[in-house]
Amino acid sequence: MATKKPSRIDVKKTYKLYINGAFPRSESGRVFEVTAKNGNFVANPALASRKDLRDAVTAARAAQSGWAKATAYNRGQILYRIAEMLEGRSEQFESEIALTSHTTPAKAKALVSEAIDRWVWYAGWSDKLQAVSGATNPVSGPFFNFSISEPQGVVAVASSESFIEFSDAVAAAVVSGNTAVVLVPGGLAVPAMSFAEVLATSDLPAGVINILTGSLDELAPWAASHMDIDGFDITGIQKKKHGALKEAGAENLKRIHSFGSGKTPTRILAFMESKTVWHSVGI
Amino acid sequence: MSFYGLVDGSEKSLIHFLDQLSGVDQVGAEARAAMLATRSIKTSSKKWAIETAISMVDLTTLEGADTPGKVRALCSKAVRPDPTDPTVPSVGAVCVYNDMVEIARTHLDSIGGEHVPVAAVSTAFPSGRASMEVKIQDTQDAINAGAAEIDMVIDRGAFLAGKYGLVFDEIVKIREVCGGKAHLKVIFETGELVTYDNVRKASYLAMLAGADFIKTSTGKVAPAATPPVVLVMLEAVRDFYSMTQRRIGVKPAGGIRTTKDAIKQLVLVNETAGPEWLTPDLFRIGASALLNDLLMQRMKMSDGYYASPNYVTID
Repeated sequence: MATKKPSRIDVKKTYKLYINGAFPRSESGRVFEVTAKNGNFVANPALASRKDLRDAVTAARAAQSGWAKATAYNRGQILYRIAEMLEGRSEQFESEIALTSHTTPAKAKALVSEAIDRWVWYAGWSDKLQAVSGATNPVSGPFFNFSISEPQGVVAVASSESFIEFSDAVAAAVVSGNTAVVLVPGGLAVPAMSFAEVLATSDLPAGVINILTGSLDELAPWAASHMDIDGFDITGIQKKKHGALKEAGAENLKRIHSFGSGKTPTRILAFMESKTVWHSVGI
Repeated sequence: MSFYGLVDGSEKSLIHFLDQLSGVDQVGAEARAAMLATRSIKTSSKKWAIETAISMVDLTTLEGADTPGKVRALCSKAVRPDPTDPTVPSVGAVCVYNDMVEIARTHLDSIGGEHVPVAAVSTAFPSGRASMEVKIQDTQDAINAGAAEIDMVIDRGAFLAGKYGLVFDEIVKIREVCGGKAHLKVIFETGELVTYDNVRKASYLAMLAGADFIKTSTGKVAPAATPPVVLVMLEAVRDFYSMTQRRIGVKPAGGIRTTKDAIKQLVLVNETAGPEWLTPDLFRIGASALLNDLLMQRMKMSDGYYASPNYVTID
């Protein structure tokens, strides 16, 4: 058998987690295997543990007030910059998605383009949310009465294996000023960690988006019961498991929602709270 | 005068004693502390460790912005760290500045916290830069106001200049002021002593001069209570016990913010000085933020899910 001498040694990438703007390994030291359609080995992403989840929530909580205080314009700029960075590295995402989600290069290309467009679309919502969801309420008295939407706090996201649905869920969670802890299953771990590199270079403050790769079945119950998580997007989890998660989240009145496919501002508003302010007229 | 029969109080005898101490193996101490930090404490041991750590906390507020209201709130928390759970033990002591001692003592007594002592930082804390008269008056004021524990700082400048006799005499004089009324804790500010050898020397110097406790730091200088420094101090109290049959306490302070850090300290105590030191009478942790983390970890253990800082008090 003829052997071909490689021109140079492969530089393999170590897939880690993305917590608080850094790339730590899982505290547990565990990994899982991602394979291509033909069964060939692709990568060993980190299999996050519940302690990684706890650390990610601590980071997200610490980052939340600063991110919510940033102007809507600034948050929109940063989300738009994420789209810019994605665009610049689109070829890498296309090949990774084709490889790990077992699809054709043409379909992967269309998928990445759509995901980038979604980030731009959500970026645009940052300074328009108040105009759409806020209101001056009619009251019978000498008062102004306003309702203003505010971010909830820390939102956990259990993503499906689709990169578009991942983008929808994450962008919708953070554009309003929430911070996110994103749980990523299976083969999506590979493009998701490349996406973390995009985040790290897009002026997004550390801790605003934290990405944990691994098993949703293992992590979702801990996220649902975590008292310091305010909302939970469980779109990526099978319907039959929703009941148990909602029950676990009842202790701190966590908002637990799942969404259909497609972009919609209701997904942003689902993790915002309405604050009503009374102000006397003429003072 | 004789101090445990080991020195006679003169600078000459003191220098002779400190010079014959062996140097600290820096690499060895750091490796030993790092190795002990990898011990895994789980389930019932962890629950015991958390509750023991709570009872050892010297709940501290040492800010220029301390108000009587803040000190009272801290005292309430010291007596009943988790208001929703009466099984949580009270902390080891409340540690405040001199002028807040009376406010703290009065409030503790009025809410059923007679068992919680008040510790006062003294002798021109945190720098220790004042005349001896001022330091004595400072200590006397605190004791008159009801402090049962005095946390004094040593004169690091004198220590680093080699004036061991001066440092020794200061501790002896403050010890006399404390008399039988107050426990004396001696703060080294290990971050300013630079080497482990100095930490070992300072430990023996303070113990010989009559300290009841030796304490790492003021909390105003970093690095503070690093595990190797605490290890060196624990070795000193262990060896001092074998020389004199008297057990001296150790108080790490500064930089211990998480339950994990606190449990690492307890492992160090158990493995270095021994289980006899695992009591609030011989081991304290100077901290403020740590208590909330201990309470949250305790909630996690009893409820089965992760807790939120929204459910513990803001200090």
